Amino acid sequence: MPDSIILDVQDLKMHFPIRRGLLRRVVGAVRAADGVSFSIRRGETLALVGESGCGKTTVSRCILRAYTPTAGAINFHIGGRTVDLAKLERGELRPLRRHMQMVFQDPYSSLNPRMVVGEIIGEPLRINGMTDPAERRKRVTELMELVQLPAAYYNRFPHAFSGGQRQRIGIARALALNPDLIVADEPVSALDVSVQAQILNLMLDLQDRLGLTYLFVAHDLSVVKHVSDRVAVMYVGRIVELAETEALFARPRHPYTEALLSAAPVPTPGMASTRIVLEREIADPANPPPGCAFHPRCRYATEACRVDTPVPREVTPGHMVACHHADTLELRGVGTE
Amino acid sequence: MFGMFRRKPAVNEAERHATATQLQLTWWRFRRHKLAMVSLVVVALFYLIAIGADFLATTDPHATDARTSYIAPQGIHWFDDDGSLRPHVYGIKGVRDLKTFKVVYTIDPSRKVYIEFFGRGYSYSFLGMETDRHLMVLKDPQRGEGIYLLGTDLLGRDLFSRLVVATRVSLTIGLIGVSLSLFLGVLLGGVSAVYGGIVDTVIQRAIEVIRSMPTIPLWLGLAAALPNDWSVMQVYFAITIIISLLAWTDLARVVRGKFLALREEDFVLAAELAGASQGRIIFHHMLPSFASHIIAAVSLALPAMIISETSLSFLGLGLRPPAISWGILLQDAQNIQTLALAPWLLVAAVPVILVILAFNFLGDGLRDAADPYG
Amino acid sequence: MVEPILSVRGLTTHFFGVEGVTRAVDGVDLDVFEGRTLGIVGESGCGKSVTARSILRIVDRPGRIVSGQTMFRRAEGGPAIDLLQLSEAEMRQVRGREIGLVFQEPMASFSQHYTIGNQISEAVRLHMKLDKRAAHDRAIELLDMVGVPQPSRRVDEYPFQLSGGLRQRVMIAMALACDPRVVIADEPTTALDVTTQAQILDLLRDLQEKRGLAIILITHDMGVIAEMAHDVAVMYLGRAVETGTVKDMFAAPRHPYTRALLRSIPTVLAKPRTRLPTIAGSIPHPFDRPKGCPYHPRCAEIITGTCEAQEPPVTGAVGAQVRCFLHGGRA
Repeated sequence: MPDSIILDVQDLKMHFPIRRGLLRRVVGAVRAADGVSFSIRRGETLALVGESGCGKTTVSRCILRAYTPTAGAINFHIGGRTVDLAKLERGELRPLRRHMQMVFQDPYSSLNPRMVVGEIIGEPLRINGMTDPAERRKRVTELMELVQLPAAYYNRFPHAFSGGQRQRIGIARALALNPDLIVADEPVSALDVSVQAQILNLMLDLQDRLGLTYLFVAHDLSVVKHVSDRVAVMYVGRIVELAETEALFARPRHPYTEALLSAAPVPTPGMASTRIVLEREIADPANPPPGCAFHPRCRYATEACRVDTPVPREVTPGHMVACHHADTLELRGVGTE
Repeated sequence: MFGMFRRKPAVNEAERHATATQLQLTWWRFRRHKLAMVSLVVVALFYLIAIGADFLATTDPHATDARTSYIAPQGIHWFDDDGSLRPHVYGIKGVRDLKTFKVVYTIDPSRKVYIEFFGRGYSYSFLGMETDRHLMVLKDPQRGEGIYLLGTDLLGRDLFSRLVVATRVSLTIGLIGVSLSLFLGVLLGGVSAVYGGIVDTVIQRAIEVIRSMPTIPLWLGLAAALPNDWSVMQVYFAITIIISLLAWTDLARVVRGKFLALREEDFVLAAELAGASQGRIIFHHMLPSFASHIIAAVSLALPAMIISETSLSFLGLGLRPPAISWGILLQDAQNIQTLALAPWLLVAAVPVILVILAFNFLGDGLRDAADPYG
Repeated sequence: MVEPILSVRGLTTHFFGVEGVTRAVDGVDLDVFEGRTLGIVGESGCGKSVTARSILRIVDRPGRIVSGQTMFRRAEGGPAIDLLQLSEAEMRQVRGREIGLVFQEPMASFSQHYTIGNQISEAVRLHMKLDKRAAHDRAIELLDMVGVPQPSRRVDEYPFQLSGGLRQRVMIAMALACDPRVVIADEPTTALDVTTQAQILDLLRDLQEKRGLAIILITHDMGVIAEMAHDVAVMYLGRAVETGTVKDMFAAPRHPYTRALLRSIPTVLAKPRTRLPTIAGSIPHPFDRPKGCPYHPRCAEIITGTCEAQEPPVTGAVGAQVRCFLHGGRA
């Protein structure tokens, strides 16, 4: 049962400057993340869901400090103390890196093609002080077994493996240092359907065995339904809704969530006719509409939506929505079979 | 090629493929390029000739003899009158021209001079050892007699011997120059990519300035700046340094481009997230990834070096006699009248063309093998 | 009994590479009807894209169509012609004009140096005898038809100025430029966001209704199939292992692969944190094609002794076929 909070993100902002001209003057900013707040409990899976430009990848990389955030706090509760990752220098970050690791989306570019599998998985160990090769080999073999890769493949190069196997290697590498938090950036999007199931099952099993916490970034709602305890829906740099999975899917409170759920193709013939099809295009994070960024596409938009930016608030315990009309709208979700 | 059904690979063959390093995979891909493989052999042959130049030479390439001036290429006659295998060449005799009253030296078919293999000729030092063994020498030659496979030049020097010795000079200038360019290119390209910002801008603009300068006037100026009293060796090195100071720009750009592309790769980020230092990321992760591209770029930079030296020397701006290089040999062929008299002097152009072509095909093959996707 | 507009029999395309031969498409039978969508679904390496390219005869080297028939009923009537027997010049008349193609990657399929108006006009002028002015007007008409806002302004824009969804709409406009009766859409929404995907699928359905288009929709997404297709063909390693109507296939799948595939797909209707049933093993390497039934190493319902040894024959009529010993063909 997840109890304490492991990660508490507050008002995270990441703005990328847009430079034009010979002298590279800053003319604007892409507000990839524009005031994102959420927390993750130890042992749970929080999904970060959205379409292109929503900022979910940016948020995940900010948390791991691959980027330095423009503003906001990333409070990491580890070993009894709390550290604000956003404020640390690169040098101060190094000892903390072992507590959070990443699983990447592209199985082809996430492994160094010139290193054998054993070296790839063992590299974090080597960098972090496990200098004895025999000890490393033992640990790497353990990890390979954990992700169901034959230990005999230790000396093979990535090019010999399929996409699904490469993801297993990536997962093993992420687990090498016994992290508390794993940020999975679309870990199954690039895989075949039949392989997705294997990797998702593996991730669930590992979570149960090792007590891992996942921040699961995805665009595919069906995958999210399977693995997450709570879901945060993002649109153009902000979280528009955050709730427990079943609650969000069954009864969404934000029109965008309703549209997303409705748009997801379901493998049951005959469901398409009830779909909500949104007008227009996804908003541009470099130039978002005023007020609520979703208002140009929203069926329920009113004058207030064009002027005031909605603030996230709790409509029912544990269910946060950023919508002026969250209390009054009756939105349609998808049931559970 | 059609209908070729492959047998199911044996377990060990699949294993072999799985454990093959990128280097091995590159080599296997390279092996399939027939033209590149042939070029590899050609290049290797040329370097072998360069190493064994003095051994292959038949007469001292520096020894001048007015009597043997402009002799046409002489074949080797393999069989004696009685049909036995006794390779020989014809001797020389002097005949007084009744019009000019000068003695003209011509081939005398009545005199046979026999060839000895691995015999003693002029002495030279080979890898530190003094020796005088050559592949072919004449047995008891009179003065002025020699195996003139490619004829002689104005000063009576055997062109074949000079050609092989020139091979050594022309090919090694290329090597030294490329090493220097390589060092400068990787260093400056890497610094440019790693530090970015103002450093990158300065280096890139400097590269553009260097590349836009017209090379021949630049070489002219630099070569003219070299003191006249410098020894052949000093001029040699100075020319090498001059050429490589201009040639590093190509490599620097390739290196910088590859670095920037690699930085975005997920596996580099993964190493950073594991806590790898900047140094480890550069040397362990990034450098090996573009090593093969560097090799390909180098193999294309070498012919450029060779052409540079040949052109410079041909124009009289580079190496000067008594040094021997292809360019210097071609200097003798500048004059139409000379060529009409002794067309064999042009043969020095042939190895230049062969080597440049071979390096280019080799470089293309390497580049395709290193990066089949572009 | 309605005649199919396109009828594929025994289509076989092999790739003759340096390392060996890949049987990308290995004897496929399909029927496509006007006003209906045939969905071809499968995972990587199953040959669905190569099938589409074989019909249009745009297979890249070292691939070659080895055998088969693709009977096509042309607009002007008359007996069906075999597209595989046409000369390249005759085929060019068909491509783009009578059969349109929508690609997966709109960015890669457009030239970045010409406006979209130019590119649509080019397609139009190539096949219909229209002058520049008329072609330009038709381009605007087409953009409007596919729902591009402000078409008279957009027609002069370049592909990079458009979003992914808009580009895909333009692709569809180009495919429809010459009023084809068949459109082949190869993973048309895979690269798009889900709300944009909904828009594009909606558009395709709408166009099909209005114009009686026959659509061949290639995808790996069973959800898209359920939603768009009337008839389905499931492909595995170059074969159509099962074909049928979409209702029949989802309600009662016959081939073990189809059954396993449907069970292993994550859906929004699932209970959270459920384990999905998986298909054992992985898709074989094309050079390591299993003997007998290509699916047998992963099959949960294998008949030992038969499935490893022989290839199962096809049972059933075209459009309702299955290749499995469970449904017949045992000696």
